[in-house]
Amino acid sequence: MIGLSIVKRKPLPTRFKVILPVAAIVVTILIGSIPILLAGGNLLKAYSSLLHGALGTRFNFLETLVKASPLILTGLSVSFAFRARFWNIGAEGQLFAGAIVATAVGVYGTWLPPALVLPACVVLGFLAGGIWAAIPAFLKTKLKVDDVVTTLLMNYIMIHIMGFLLYGPMQAAGSSWPRSEPIMEAAHYPTLLAHTRLHVGLVFAIVLALAIWFINTRTVLGYSAKCVGTNIQAAYFNGINTDMTILKTALISGGLAGLAGVGEVCAIHYHLLMDISPGYGYTGIVIAMLGNLHPIGVVLSAFFFSCIAIGSQTMSRMTGIPVYIEGVIEGIALMVMLVALLFMEYRIRWTRK
Amino acid sequence: MDRHPVIEMIDITKRFGDVTASSEVCFSLFPNEICALLGENGAGKTTLMNILFGYYSCDSGEIRIDGKAVRLSSPKDAIAHGISMIHQHFTLVPSQSVLENVMIGVEGGFFLDKKKAKQRLLAIEAQFGLDLDPDAMVFTLPIGQQQKLEILKALYREAKILIMDEPTAVLAPIETKELFTTLKVLVEHGRSVVFISHKLHEVMEISDRILVLRGGRNVAERRKPETTIAELASLMVGRELLERLDCTGGEAGKTVLQVDRLRVRNAKGLVALDEFSLDLKEREIIGIAGVTGNGQTELSDVLFGIARPEAGTIVIDGKPVATGSPISMIEAGMARIPEDRITTGVCMDLSVMDNLVLRDHDKRPFSSMGLIHGRKIRSYAMERVRQFQVKTDGIDVAIKSLSGGNVQKVILARELAGEPKIIIACKPTRGLDVGAMETVHQTMLRQKERGAGILLVSDDLDEVFLLSDRVIVLYEGRIMGEMSAKSLDRDRIGLWMSGVAS
Repeated sequence: MIGLSIVKRKPLPTRFKVILPVAAIVVTILIGSIPILLAGGNLLKAYSSLLHGALGTRFNFLETLVKASPLILTGLSVSFAFRARFWNIGAEGQLFAGAIVATAVGVYGTWLPPALVLPACVVLGFLAGGIWAAIPAFLKTKLKVDDVVTTLLMNYIMIHIMGFLLYGPMQAAGSSWPRSEPIMEAAHYPTLLAHTRLHVGLVFAIVLALAIWFINTRTVLGYSAKCVGTNIQAAYFNGINTDMTILKTALISGGLAGLAGVGEVCAIHYHLLMDISPGYGYTGIVIAMLGNLHPIGVVLSAFFFSCIAIGSQTMSRMTGIPVYIEGVIEGIALMVMLVALLFMEYRIRWTRK
Repeated sequence: MDRHPVIEMIDITKRFGDVTASSEVCFSLFPNEICALLGENGAGKTTLMNILFGYYSCDSGEIRIDGKAVRLSSPKDAIAHGISMIHQHFTLVPSQSVLENVMIGVEGGFFLDKKKAKQRLLAIEAQFGLDLDPDAMVFTLPIGQQQKLEILKALYREAKILIMDEPTAVLAPIETKELFTTLKVLVEHGRSVVFISHKLHEVMEISDRILVLRGGRNVAERRKPETTIAELASLMVGRELLERLDCTGGEAGKTVLQVDRLRVRNAKGLVALDEFSLDLKEREIIGIAGVTGNGQTELSDVLFGIARPEAGTIVIDGKPVATGSPISMIEAGMARIPEDRITTGVCMDLSVMDNLVLRDHDKRPFSSMGLIHGRKIRSYAMERVRQFQVKTDGIDVAIKSLSGGNVQKVILARELAGEPKIIIACKPTRGLDVGAMETVHQTMLRQKERGAGILLVSDDLDEVFLLSDRVIVLYEGRIMGEMSAKSLDRDRIGLWMSGVAS
């Protein structure tokens, strides 16, 4: 009889941190072929139309970039939190918090000097997301409440707060839909290219990725967060203020997700609506994992998922494969990456009995 | 004696890597008897029984049950042969009832027949005088009752032989009494019990025969009427005194650490350390000896700042320090070498360099204004690795790739930075090979010469005798006695460790 056992392996060289996600993407595409075939699609045609849809034309490519900005931010948000083992599953709710506050500033901040409106949207949106994430962090550090549960459930609280606002105080006058008044022009993100939707949010997101990289490698906070994330007991023993580290991490993590919400309001929709996010916060988890929690990895994997999201629409139109394939591929990618991470530390040994 | 043993273990040898946990150990168990396995931590008691229970396979040796050689390759095999083992940590499902816990794994068939199982359980309870409500939820039961349930589980599986691994470690005195009554009933009904312990008076109270292990070897076997606590104590700890290491440097100086009437409760809320006072001076090593579990962990946890005492004060260099905070201990200039390197000493996934500045990365010169000075950390780490002769493929490799001795060197290099006045070392050589042990001992003596006051908490008597100027023995959370190195009396220390005042 042949059996298998999972045994620890010697640590792999650092280059595997790059090889692994790439391999994960390849495997994801291979496994992703199964549902495509099941849906009656032609593989070659499906993937080529997906590629064309994502990158084939100038318009498509720009749409992919537009879609990438919120994904980079939620991916950064999750990766920054996960690095300190603060399991922030709540980027979606933090995104909503940022979007709500940005809308409030953009609609009601008419008394502000115009030059301050957009900065106020950004700063307050960041804080809103940050504070929304800091609540579970506080519960975790002071009362040992499980952060996976609280961050996730806080999403639903925020969805309903948003629903209350959009059906109530913030609803546009005369509208029967749950949508806010449009924000003023001073609150709009400048566009990068005239007559396109490509806005400075993309540059902003990439700059923030570099900033997070800097925090991770060059600051005391990044260092402490790394220690807390690998062994909180040793970190505490060695005099690191673990509670404060987790709290600060949560604040920044939530803030980044909040900025994703600010961007959606101030650069894409120009008003608040219930379906402002097609699950960017949750996709952020997959992006963070596939990006190996590294800011640059996050930027690249956000771009990958953006391609899938935009490309799958074209694929759906050309081949009739339902657009839901996007979610399927996302799910497969997460699982493949988790398994791949397992292989970073373990290997399978086949044994013959 | 014409009785035949139910279990015979002959020349059992078991190695873990380079460590021989069990070396040609022989063990036998007769019907209707309670046999104690006595020895210090690491003597190989649990290893031997884990082999009998099929957890480990032995590298060589033979196991015979009822005279027939058997191969036990899993606990399932052992249970099939009527052997059950009750661990220190129970294997119960708290959210299920007593009956459900008993049935786990022996349901048989697809459908549960709870009624039948309940009848059988009640019959067993009646037979052995174990009174436990089958419908009670396990999480509502006190520890002593949970242990009864473990015994019931074993009996339900028709165990003939019960191995109990330090069963009294978690019990209150009254529960211990009840357990002993139960054990006596068990042997009256033809069962045999192996009682693993390092508590001498319990061993004397309950067992018929006592087997002493030390360092993975058989040391002695005694029938109860033939022995005394004092003899067992010296058998258990009695090793040849190693030559004390040379140490130059003058007499002890002024007091650096003053601990006054400390009282600490453990995680279960019991008082684990009481009325503990101590004065540690410059150029002095105080050894805290005692059998594991007599308050040493609580003492070191308080001194490390990771536990808060219920009462008492700690004064360092004449200034009282806040308790319950690792940061205040670090700032008071204390070097702390924790018992458990892997979980509290280092971050195993981080590099050697990162671990070297784990404590000080937020201070100058390694950082300022929140920014890390990578180059300074790097050059510092290289220097420390060289000074402490850490064997590593550079400072960027994960510390988990280092041997235990080298991990300990990294901890020493980190903790001894900045010439600490006080060093608290808790079992600093646990699990290290002889060479690494020597290095650690030499390092501590050099630190003493430099003027540090060192508190050495260790269950390794050799180590305590080797290094200490004074030895304090802890027993059940209290100071049993104190002795100066000049008048060390091994037998008396052994007695103190077993709770006998002399």
